[in-house]
Amino acid sequence: MPAKRQIALTINGRVYETEVEVRATLVDLIRGKAGLTGTHVGCEHGVCGACTVLVNGRAIRSCIMLAVQADGADIATVESLADGDKLHPVQQAFMEEHGLQCGFCTPGFLMSVCELLDRSPDPSEEEIRDTLGGNICRCTGYGPIVAAVRSAAVKMRQARD
Amino acid sequence: MKPPSFDYADPRSLEEAVSLVAAHDGEAKVLAGGQSLVPLLNMRMARPGLLVDIARIPRLDRITEDGDTLAIGAMTRQRDVELSETVRSEHPLLHAVTQQIAHPQNRNQGTVGGSVAHADPAAEYPALALALDAEMKVAGPSGHRKIRAADFFVSYLTTSMADDEILTEVRFPKLLAGSGWSIQELARRHGDFALAGAVATLTLDGSGLCSDLTVALFGVGATPVRASAAESAMVGEKPGRALFEKAGQAAAAALEEPLADVHASSEFRRHLAGVMTARALAEAAARAVA
Repeated sequence: MPAKRQIALTINGRVYETEVEVRATLVDLIRGKAGLTGTHVGCEHGVCGACTVLVNGRAIRSCIMLAVQADGADIATVESLADGDKLHPVQQAFMEEHGLQCGFCTPGFLMSVCELLDRSPDPSEEEIRDTLGGNICRCTGYGPIVAAVRSAAVKMRQARD
Repeated sequence: MKPPSFDYADPRSLEEAVSLVAAHDGEAKVLAGGQSLVPLLNMRMARPGLLVDIARIPRLDRITEDGDTLAIGAMTRQRDVELSETVRSEHPLLHAVTQQIAHPQNRNQGTVGGSVAHADPAAEYPALALALDAEMKVAGPSGHRKIRAADFFVSYLTTSMADDEILTEVRFPKLLAGSGWSIQELARRHGDFALAGAVATLTLDGSGLCSDLTVALFGVGATPVRASAAESAMVGEKPGRALFEKAGQAAAAALEEPLADVHASSEFRRHLAGVMTARALAEAAARAVA
């Protein structure tokens, strides 16, 4: 019998108390137990960034974090961004600037960018590219994604002022 | 791609962690941030009987100034080192080296101790530890001991820690006053492991000649290596482009057979080691204050 453990964590504001196999990764809990399939599984070894979520406000790769490591943590996934039909400014900017095509990588990009703009509301080009370096997109190309981040940063700053 | 089965413990004290590791006779593996270990589990290249997660042990994630040393707790997240004002002001080289590690999304979770204990020869922290002659503080069943970097990195992913020892702190000496410093690396993509890289520190004496200097290379062998040939080529000389290139060539020539793999041939890595050494020395010299 695989070892199991009871854990409790918050995902998008909802508390989940659940038993997990200790070998289960966080992304398997998010998709399988919580049914939040917006977080995608790509490479499963921490390279592509498709599974990026926020753990206690920081962007991490949920395919190389065990669910037990997240016991007690506060998780945010892509499902936390939109408010009903109203897209989050970062999502809106990705749409307007053509920052996606197939969209598989997009949830991971969005979460990486949310952390960046939270910490650095007016990021330099270098900061943007350093952050986006942690996510791989195989169809759009990064130019429109960088443009989307810049546009989102401006709009979020304006909304705050 | 899923990890194999293992048992898991998340002890709340170092003593408990050490006794768990000791009781499992080489079958236990210490989990810190997991940025190297969990991929190895996913690919089933690691099959530990027990994972001992040290993240919930208090006080293992502190950044402390201790005289001429910056002591970094093993569980300190790389991101916390990068964002630390203390590190930025007291150890700009440690700050710069940290920014070269993988991506922010890895540094958020990856730890200083994890990187040093994993001992990937292409990783940045082991090379920095070697360049600065850092000390690794480890805990074992018979207490604590300190291991100098020169005695710590034994081979590929292998350190001189015993199976029942846990790395608890990395003690990076601060740079000498007026020291210049640099980290240079070449990777295929930003954030990838370096094909080759160099960490250098350099001090100028009253006449503007190179005095204390250290160069450590990474990505070119089974462990990070000191480029003593480059260091001795520089001592007592006036810094300049020709000298940096000569030192780089000396460093490259002195290497044993660098690793060849799908990313780079041995000759290319040797060439890069020379170029990275010369660039690191040039930047360090430009930053040094006589």
